[in-house]
Amino acid sequence: MALPVDSAYTDSAGRGDWPKPLKAETCELSFYYGTRLVLKRVSVPIAECNITALIGPSGCGKSTFLRCFNRMHDLYPGTRYEGAIVLYPDSRNILDRGVDPIEVRMRLAMVFQKPNPFPKSVYENVAYGLRVRGIRDRRVIDEKVEQALRSAALWEEVKDRLSALGTSLSGGQQQRLCIARALATDPELLLLDEPTSALDPIATASIEELLQDLKRRVTILIVTHNMQQAARISDWTAFMYLGELVEFGPTKRLFTTPAKKQTEDYITGRFG
Amino acid sequence: MIKRRKFFEAWFKALGLSALALAVGTLVLLFGALLIDGIGRLDWQFLTSFPSRHASQAGILPAVVGSTLVMLVTACVGIPIGVAAAIYLEEYARRTWLTELIEVTVTNLAGVPSIIFGLLALGLFVYMLGLGSSILTAGLTLALLILPVVIVTTREAIRAIPVQIREAAFALGATRWQTVADHVLPYSASGILTGIILALSRAIGETAPIVTVGALTFIAFLPPSPMTDQPPYLSFEWLMSPFTVMPIQMFAWVSRPGEDFAANAAAAGLLLVGMTLAMNGLAIYVRYRMRKRVSW
Amino acid sequence: MLLAALVSVATTVTILAVLLFESLGFFEVVSLQDFLTDTLWTPLFDDPHYGILPLLAGTIVTSVVGLLVAIPVGTVSAIYLSEFASPRMREVIKPTLELLGAVPTVVYGYFALLVVTPALQLLWPDIPGFNMLGPGIVIGIMILPLVISLSEDAMRAVPMVLREGSYAMGATHLETAWRVVVPAATSGIVAAYVLGVSRAVGETMVVAIAAGQNPNLTWNPMEPAATITAYIVQVALGDLPHGSIGYRSIFAAGLVLAVMTFAFNILGHVMRKRFREVY
Repeated sequence: MALPVDSAYTDSAGRGDWPKPLKAETCELSFYYGTRLVLKRVSVPIAECNITALIGPSGCGKSTFLRCFNRMHDLYPGTRYEGAIVLYPDSRNILDRGVDPIEVRMRLAMVFQKPNPFPKSVYENVAYGLRVRGIRDRRVIDEKVEQALRSAALWEEVKDRLSALGTSLSGGQQQRLCIARALATDPELLLLDEPTSALDPIATASIEELLQDLKRRVTILIVTHNMQQAARISDWTAFMYLGELVEFGPTKRLFTTPAKKQTEDYITGRFG
Repeated sequence: MIKRRKFFEAWFKALGLSALALAVGTLVLLFGALLIDGIGRLDWQFLTSFPSRHASQAGILPAVVGSTLVMLVTACVGIPIGVAAAIYLEEYARRTWLTELIEVTVTNLAGVPSIIFGLLALGLFVYMLGLGSSILTAGLTLALLILPVVIVTTREAIRAIPVQIREAAFALGATRWQTVADHVLPYSASGILTGIILALSRAIGETAPIVTVGALTFIAFLPPSPMTDQPPYLSFEWLMSPFTVMPIQMFAWVSRPGEDFAANAAAAGLLLVGMTLAMNGLAIYVRYRMRKRVSW
Repeated sequence: MLLAALVSVATTVTILAVLLFESLGFFEVVSLQDFLTDTLWTPLFDDPHYGILPLLAGTIVTSVVGLLVAIPVGTVSAIYLSEFASPRMREVIKPTLELLGAVPTVVYGYFALLVVTPALQLLWPDIPGFNMLGPGIVIGIMILPLVISLSEDAMRAVPMVLREGSYAMGATHLETAWRVVVPAATSGIVAAYVLGVSRAVGETMVVAIAAGQNPNLTWNPMEPAATITAYIVQVALGDLPHGSIGYRSIFAAGLVLAVMTFAFNILGHVMRKRFREVY
């Protein structure tokens, strides 16, 4: 598929702000629930080893957009994608009919809005992705679990109770467990759907700190309803409204000198 | 790697389908067997004759009449009590140890084997209350048996009415009973009806408790008619009459050696299955229509 | 209306009272020790023995055979219905299963005696016309709808976010079902089995018709034997005088049955409740 060269990106600063290298990008991505169009030709680039934030009022389609990346919508009947999501470096359109959603999900990882640890032990939660991938070697799994828990800044807190139920941890710990679960399989792209919305400020701060640390190794795409959070942690920001991309640009620029009136109204709190 | 995992998945899907096919296939097989063995016997003579020592002359008339009358008693007793209990539990009862106790006994009764109800009836109705092996005894027994089903399904139907509806009624000054009678019951009527049909369909096929209360297996007369030609034109003598019902008649025929009687049993079974399936089908249809219509 | 609701309490109390009262009369004549240890049950013979073990064995064997059918078939079906079947398919299958559960038990008895047992005799010509295997299998099919619908309920109650968590890791439907949904729903599924057991133990007409009515202490499902329920039916069909020891023996047998099913029911409901509290 030909990559869109202009038009879709409405950055006033022009091509200078174009992120690169890219880990992924969406090209005129549209999405339907039944006959209802909820994403309208959205094109966003995702810079490698950067944090890209999606902001916008609730119902603007940002979560729907995120869930397109690992084909979560395939699980429900009556949904339809149009356009493309291209994953680099192999330039593969993961929405192609020939692409198996499971294959996509094995390359990507996702953290959900509400912590959803499985009712299994902490250890088994993190090991789950590895087991699904057919890894049986106990030593490999042990090592990966520890690594992932360390990356998620949870190791020190749970190393003595790896066999405790994942659901017995506190909210913030549960969410970090879910992040560890996502990281254990070395995903190329980490999708986060409002990961801190169910957490208290302290737990939120620790997760934000964690993301800063993680972005050195993994590309992150995060949906947040909290503009301050987007401004604090992301490198790039996309502002969506009513299923459309209004503006995309470097976070700093977008928050200081937005090009679009709608963006300015939103970030100054005049609506949304 | 993915291929192998997908292979397992396809394999499991086949397994799941065959498991379901086994269940559904049994139903077909069961019906087929009854049909092949019994359809030849299912004629007017069979429906209008009394039992006989000769299989080819035997009929099911007393059993059909008996089933109808027993069901009449069951419905008249079981439905009002069950629906009233459900309304009480959903709309009136506060959480006390008493309601706890009622709830526990209802769930428990739903799981008590039907033959235990038969023993209860034998001890209580037949001997202690002296009702004997009568239509009244059988009807009361089955009424107790279906009580939990009626209560549970009625409660579910009532619970599906959103609380906003009740609040709206209360806000207009309705009393609790007005709210129940004007809103809750009418809106949940088809759900309650579904439960009643299912409960009666279960009762009509019950055999074990009726055996224990002492239904006859060979009966050559009909209960006295509920209508008389003298005032007051109604008679309740039939309530105390000995009786038999369809499942008992079928049981009696199954237990007799010889293919002729097996054919009679199959014919009775066909009638019985036909009736329960029709009632269940009706209930499923009512529920299906209700689900389509209701918008909350 | 409170009175109506209290009918259920009254029924439960009366059941217990009647069973206990008549059983007390029975145990005045028969010692509890004989009842629990004697290996013969011949209350209607000139030399009466009152050992519940043969009846208990018959009940256990037929129920176990039933469970061996219902648990694997039921679990696989429930997983399929909950995790794989399209909503359309579910709408067709579930009512069909309800119909399967609504067929009168006496008809299942006919089926066991005249269809299943002859079919088994094709495989093993030595099986007698009355045996426990055929009725056991039929009991399994009878409790199948209950097992399927309760375990499917349990699986569908597992929140979607857990499934999504697993799919997002690249798991297939089967892996998600097997490693996430089933473990999460375990107590609900086991509760379904337990309630199935209770139903199997109390099943009457199938065994009364197709398993024979001779008490027989054996664990071999190929042999004929009477269950507790079949014995009660057998006595009720005869004409025993009210108050005789034979008459009272069915209440003693019924008491054993009631205690067993009460225990299973309570266990099953406690497990279901615990499961509901988690989600």
